[in-house]
Amino acid sequence: MADSTVISVKGLNVYYEDFQAVKDVDMEIKRESVTALIGPSGCGKSTYLRCLNRMNDLIMGASIQGEVLFENRNIYDSNVDATEIRSRIGMVFQKPNPFPKSIYQNIAFGLKVNGFSGDMEEAVEKSLKQAALWDEVKDRLNDSAFTLSGGQQQRLCIARALAVEPEVILMDEPASALDPIATLAIEDLVRELKTDYTIVIVTHNMQQAARVSDETAFFMVGEDRSGYLVEQDDTQKIFTNPTHQRTEEYITGRFS
Amino acid sequence: MNKDKFITGNINPNRRFRKIIGGCVYILFLLSTCVGIIGLGLLIFDVLKEGIPWINWQFLTDFPSRDPKEAGLLSALFGTIWLMFLTALFTVPIGVGAAIYLEEYAPKNLLTRVIEINVSNLAGVPSIVYGLLGMGIFVYRFGSDEMFLDRVLIAGALTLSLLVLPIVILASRESIRAVPDSYRQGAYAMGADKWQVIKGAVLPSAFSGILTGTILAMSRAIGEAAPVIAITALVYITYIPAHPFERFTVLPIQIFNWVARPQDDFRSLAAAGIIVLLVILLTMNAIAVFLRNKYQTRSEE
Amino acid sequence: MDGAIDDAPHEIPPKETITEVSGLMDPKKKLWVKLEGSIVRWLFMSCALVSILTTVGILIILLYQGYGFFKEINLWEFLTGTRWTPILKPRSYGVLPLVSGTLIVTVIAASVALPVGLMTAIFLSEYAADRVRRVIKPILEILAGIPTVVYGYFALTFVTPLLQNVLDDLLIFNALSAGLVMGIMIIPMVSSLSEDAMISVPRNLREAAYALGATRYEVSLRVVVPAALSGIIASFIIALSRAIGETMLVTIAAGATPKMTLNPLESVQTMTAFIAQTSMGEQAVGSFEYNTIFAVGLLLFCMTLLMNLLGFWIVRRFREAY
Repeated sequence: MADSTVISVKGLNVYYEDFQAVKDVDMEIKRESVTALIGPSGCGKSTYLRCLNRMNDLIMGASIQGEVLFENRNIYDSNVDATEIRSRIGMVFQKPNPFPKSIYQNIAFGLKVNGFSGDMEEAVEKSLKQAALWDEVKDRLNDSAFTLSGGQQQRLCIARALAVEPEVILMDEPASALDPIATLAIEDLVRELKTDYTIVIVTHNMQQAARVSDETAFFMVGEDRSGYLVEQDDTQKIFTNPTHQRTEEYITGRFS
Repeated sequence: MNKDKFITGNINPNRRFRKIIGGCVYILFLLSTCVGIIGLGLLIFDVLKEGIPWINWQFLTDFPSRDPKEAGLLSALFGTIWLMFLTALFTVPIGVGAAIYLEEYAPKNLLTRVIEINVSNLAGVPSIVYGLLGMGIFVYRFGSDEMFLDRVLIAGALTLSLLVLPIVILASRESIRAVPDSYRQGAYAMGADKWQVIKGAVLPSAFSGILTGTILAMSRAIGEAAPVIAITALVYITYIPAHPFERFTVLPIQIFNWVARPQDDFRSLAAAGIIVLLVILLTMNAIAVFLRNKYQTRSEE
Repeated sequence: MDGAIDDAPHEIPPKETITEVSGLMDPKKKLWVKLEGSIVRWLFMSCALVSILTTVGILIILLYQGYGFFKEINLWEFLTGTRWTPILKPRSYGVLPLVSGTLIVTVIAASVALPVGLMTAIFLSEYAADRVRRVIKPILEILAGIPTVVYGYFALTFVTPLLQNVLDDLLIFNALSAGLVMGIMIIPMVSSLSEDAMISVPRNLREAAYALGATRYEVSLRVVVPAALSGIIASFIIALSRAIGETMLVTIAAGATPKMTLNPLESVQTMTAFIAQTSMGEQAVGSFEYNTIFAVGLLLFCMTLLMNLLGFWIVRRFREAY
């Protein structure tokens, strides 16, 4: 395995009860880069994303086969603690989901849970600065997070994820519930964050994938309604000269 | 931007410790859940152990007596049946009428809101207060010291009707709300007016829901002792009431009567009475659940 | 119902045509239908007003008979007096012994029902698998459906003797057993209302916490419970108001001794027990004794009403907008 690989997925299958949602995925995710997962809806890309930090454990009836190696360790090994994996592989969700607490407490939550014992205010400030939200909220840290706009809420959620210092951040269509300007702010942020973090982003917006990602993985849904990985390559190559015809058809908008 | 900006050394997740805490907390939650179930189990066990030996044909067919071996609950059983019947007679039309008004007619105004808030508040009034109400306006003529209806079945039934009215209203409203609008529109499209629509389309499909709610309300009514005791006072009835204007007793009061005596035999009689009461309640609830399930599967089709 | 449907039949002209052409309705009959419609409308409205009349009736009867009482007993003396001897001479009408009796039983009940009910709710909402929940919930609902005389029997004939094995000073009628059993009785009120509040906390809040590396108990206690707090507190208040108003259990098991005490091993008399025990006898209407129970009833009604209103207000006021 190349040194630049953080997560390496081998032969991953995901099931909900009897239904196979994702079929036989192999993927390498490079350190400090942005990998975009694209594909038509129902192709299992979100389900797949949630396997990378064991969020699917929380869904009744979900099970997986195969390996997800994070820094050469299978995160589904029985001696691995799922909470450790999740604190090192953070997640940002489709809809902004701040806690019904103050802005400050939203950031502090993850730090407290993970036993942070330093200067909390400094840590909160740093996370908010990293998420480019500090200037907008520094005077009202004790206001409820619900007083923020949708875009600000989503950046707060990103700041919250950053606070626990993960190595990888999974983003599940983080801009799909936002207006175009807020979306651009999120995209800027993603490009900036990749200098320090590995980012995997699910998006249904191909322009967004093209704008923010270094690598793109294209998923399709098969006849049996299971999702599978068609190809993964440099974003540049996927969007200009994809190997598979299905990819090209999707990119050029012949189906969606 | 680089990683040196972080104070990485200060994070100490302490996962082993949290795992142990998590296990302890889980056990605590599980045990808490068992408290209610164990309490119920002990209660039923205690009642059955004490009461079963006393349940026999004579217990069900005899009147109360000073001798526990000859005592039965026939008068209480019939009192309960009478009371349930009369209470339903008063509650159902008024409760369903009120529900129809609130769901189908009521404009969105202050009066409607007051009625709605009032109904939910009434559900929280202690039952003994209803007893005082019934004593003050049904048993005695209000503001005087003459008897009005006296301590009779009909006064008890009227009192209990007021007590369970909120339950019937809430249940009926829910089942009327569950009637799809397409039924109403279908009836309107045939030229029916509002009342014809309600009579012809809404009430028939809300019927089983209303029935279920009524049965549950009646099971609440026949288990109540506090308001009834204020109506009947502590009585010794050795006959089956023949009409609604006779004095009466009911199962919970007969049980209370027996519990309140110090002799062990009477306490066992109380346990036997409790078994009879619980069997009746269980049967009514089973019927209600059965109706609800039947109704639900039908509306899903 | 919205107005559109209400008005629809009057705006659709074919209705008239159809009825007239088919000849099913002559004008007289149409008038009758219309009349019937407005009669039932008024009938239904008066049904709805019965509930208002009930409240008004309760208030009037309590205030009227209570007036007979407060004409002779100073309100302040009633509310602050510490001796309650309405039958024995010298008569004294300080209600505090009844209030303290009610409170001691309620506090014991609360110390059982609030933690147990809340933890049950957390277990059902956050831990239990669906099929476990489907079994446990109906069992707890049975607890709520058992008549309160049965709980009184249970407290007096089972719990008290059991506790007497351990506590030598425990009297036959005592606040402790009554309170403990009442605690079990109101568990389902706390657990089901709290569980409703917790289940309506959106799933994505839990996911956010899990994604930060939180464990299940941290998610439950630090995210779900705070987010559902208003509903949980409302469930507490409503359950306590139920405990204050509960009658038969305390009448049977807690005793009939109005006493200012905080000792749960002793016999006490609650407000409800006083009302029930006094109204069991056939006291003359208009007698002072008769008015006394209404005065206590008025106090009881005000206390539970305030608590219920507070509960509803909290639910309304702090309803979380996720």
